[in-house]
Amino acid sequence: MVLGIEDLSVSYDGVPAVVGASLQVPDGRVLAVLGPSGCGKSTLLRAVAGLEPPSAGRITWDGTDLARTPTHKRGFALMFQDGQLFGHLSVARNVGYALRLRRVRDADARVEELLALVGLEGYADRLPATLSGGERQRVALARCLAVRPRLLLLDEPLSALDAGLRQRLAADLRTILTAEGTTALMVTHDHDEAFTVADHLAVMRAGHVVQKGPIDEVWRAPADPATAVFLGYARVLEGAAADRVHPGAARVAVRRSAFRLDETGPLTGTVTSVRTTPEQVRLVVDLDGVGEVDAVAPLDRVPAPGAGVRLALDATRTAVLPGTP
Amino acid sequence: MRRYATLAALALGPVLVLAVFFVVPVVGMVGRGFVVDGRLDVGGVLEVLGRERTHRVLWFTVWSAAVATLVSVLLGLPAAYALHRLAFPGRRLVRALLLVPFVLPTVVVGVAFRLLLGEAGPLGGLGLDGTPVAIVAGLVFFNVAVVIRAVGAAWESLDARPGEAAAALGASPAQVFRTVTLPALRPAIVSAASVVFLFCATSYGVVLTLGGLRYSSVETEIYLLTTQLLDLRAAAALSVLQLLAVTALLVVAGRLRAVRDPTQSRRTPRPRRPRGTDGAQVALTLLVLVLVAAPLLTLLLGSLRADDAWSLDNYRALDRVGQGSALLVPASDALLTSLRTAVDATWMSLLLGGLIAVVVSRRSATRGERRLRSTLDGFFMLPLGVSAVTLGFGFLLTLGRPPLALLDSPLLVPVAQALVALPLVVRTLVPVLTGLDDRQRQAAASLGAGPLRTFATVDVPAVWRPLLAAAGFAFAVSLGEFGATSFLARSEHPTLPVVIFRLIGSPEPEAFGTALAASVVLAAATAAVVLAVDRLGGRSFGAL
Repeated sequence: MVLGIEDLSVSYDGVPAVVGASLQVPDGRVLAVLGPSGCGKSTLLRAVAGLEPPSAGRITWDGTDLARTPTHKRGFALMFQDGQLFGHLSVARNVGYALRLRRVRDADARVEELLALVGLEGYADRLPATLSGGERQRVALARCLAVRPRLLLLDEPLSALDAGLRQRLAADLRTILTAEGTTALMVTHDHDEAFTVADHLAVMRAGHVVQKGPIDEVWRAPADPATAVFLGYARVLEGAAADRVHPGAARVAVRRSAFRLDETGPLTGTVTSVRTTPEQVRLVVDLDGVGEVDAVAPLDRVPAPGAGVRLALDATRTAVLPGTP
Repeated sequence: MRRYATLAALALGPVLVLAVFFVVPVVGMVGRGFVVDGRLDVGGVLEVLGRERTHRVLWFTVWSAAVATLVSVLLGLPAAYALHRLAFPGRRLVRALLLVPFVLPTVVVGVAFRLLLGEAGPLGGLGLDGTPVAIVAGLVFFNVAVVIRAVGAAWESLDARPGEAAAALGASPAQVFRTVTLPALRPAIVSAASVVFLFCATSYGVVLTLGGLRYSSVETEIYLLTTQLLDLRAAAALSVLQLLAVTALLVVAGRLRAVRDPTQSRRTPRPRRPRGTDGAQVALTLLVLVLVAAPLLTLLLGSLRADDAWSLDNYRALDRVGQGSALLVPASDALLTSLRTAVDATWMSLLLGGLIAVVVSRRSATRGERRLRSTLDGFFMLPLGVSAVTLGFGFLLTLGRPPLALLDSPLLVPVAQALVALPLVVRTLVPVLTGLDDRQRQAAASLGAGPLRTFATVDVPAVWRPLLAAAGFAFAVSLGEFGATSFLARSEHPTLPVVIFRLIGSPEPEAFGTALAASVVLAAATAAVVLAVDRLGGRSFGAL
């Protein structure tokens, strides 16, 4: 039960949106396609759903080409960031929609079960317009899972929610997907969302898939500077600076918390700016022989701007990038 | 208080005009029926309402309007889909062409259908001339455009995502249409259907020319009672009935027109190329095109034949005076009169309509204010449904005597036509004005712009194009207006629709050919104006 995307290309009116993308989503796993706006990830998702015709390449399920299968016969449920609930139907009738299409008996029991799964017991008779954004997304999820789809397609499902809600719902989404064993393909521009929900990651830029693999591998070893920055690394050090920090490396990506204040640290520099946050103190330090870097300090040791400091590097928060610049 | 003061100041002019030129004539006409020898006599009116003929006329009006509405919706839905959700070359032209029937003079359409369905016509073999089928066909001809525009506009801006989610859940395209699209479109469909029903139920020219003496709607019955049987009491009774029904329908249509919360994010899909599955819709659209083009083509061809030969004689006869009493004035003179009257009617309806649109579209601060504004909105829509005959005859009765001795005024006919065009102007401008984000006005005000300056900076740039479109509409509608004008036009200065009507009824041999030629000229003029209007983006017509 594997989704295969082989060398897929999709264009709108001659303008290419996806070029030569190849991916696989193994059974029961969640693959996140991560990329900035306009990189073609939504187009990729819509092509998998059957809503956009590919201009080249294949989409296969268990080896069978889906080119001739229309959307409503693919068995891939689709969830958007908002605006997909049927406004004229209650929550229960929304969730039971696919069940009624297939004339499943005892649909009510399954609807109850799903509402409990997404934490919305008692919401059966509410109308979508009376629900909050988070509640609407939960209903949409329940509706998708009702007929146990072969594949769940998620188009930036949490983008329309505020930060706190996003974190909670991302964790819930992960729990529900693993509990139901659903195979899922998720598209997002938020790397935190990807890390919380997915097992595998593919990074897209300008229509191309630039890197893919298990999520922690991609995270530890980004393929190029642009990907590193998109994945949350603050800076990419090159040449002599990279060598100073990580001997033998030509390019090193560092996170904002890679350097920390340490009296016994090997690196020296001058503090340029200081900002206190609830978790720690964030510094910008002009490091000798390296240049400007970000550093962190505990809340009880706040250096003043212009002070000389010593820093130590946490190698686990850096990544060596392949190739020469 | 300041808000009410500005509202009053802006609304004063239009309310006065409507009061003098609409309320007074209608009340006068209706009052004539209720007041006998200075006493209120309601019993006579009730007697009229109980007559068997009244019931027959009422029944005919209702069922013909209902059938015409149903057919218009059934034909208009697939055409709305094909023309607003699919992208193919020539789409805009077809959309504009389908709008032309709506503004064609009713007399012209009646003539065209008579020609098409008459004994000598191409469809004469069907034997439909003079039957209710012809009347319903004529009504559908006019109104399918309203359905296409109104439903098409709503369909175009419908969020595609619920439909896509439903398809991914296993719903076939037919199921998606039935369970997702249709419920979402229902407000637009019902709104369009109620407007079409209104137009069909108050149709005058079509029923008059196609129904002859055998079939009568409430409108033509009022005409008959007023001009031929001189039974003003019965006419008044029917007018009251019609007014009540129209008011009820307008209230319902107004409720259904209410816009949903615009702050929800919508993703509107781009129109896509037609696929194999769209075959039925495209075919039905072509059918609609054929149904609309056939009468017009017959008219054109008929006008080019004289004495069983192809010739331009009919057109040459346009600037001649006829032998008999039918043509006291050459048709070319009548055309000039029509054009002049239409120009006057246009600036009047624009002025009034503009003021009304501004009054109705301003945001209300309190519930009382909102209710006042919506009452005004409904009040100014009334001319849409009141019998043109009632209006025209009411003018004659009330405005002929002092202190309002206006019968000889050259502005009388334009005023009547302006009143008929007024609702269209208002309905074109209001959606544009209400669609403007109020925050733009607030931003202008905070930067130091006074109310007039804000209006010029924010409202005028957004509204000058729809204003031109509304002007075009008003002009086209006035050119073809027949109902009220037939009463009020002085016999030395008839407008072209009146001349055409006289020519049709004339026994002279060349008269009918001349009528056809004049009809073609009038149709061409209105069509040209409407096509120009559509270029200017008369998209807001869909919000009718």
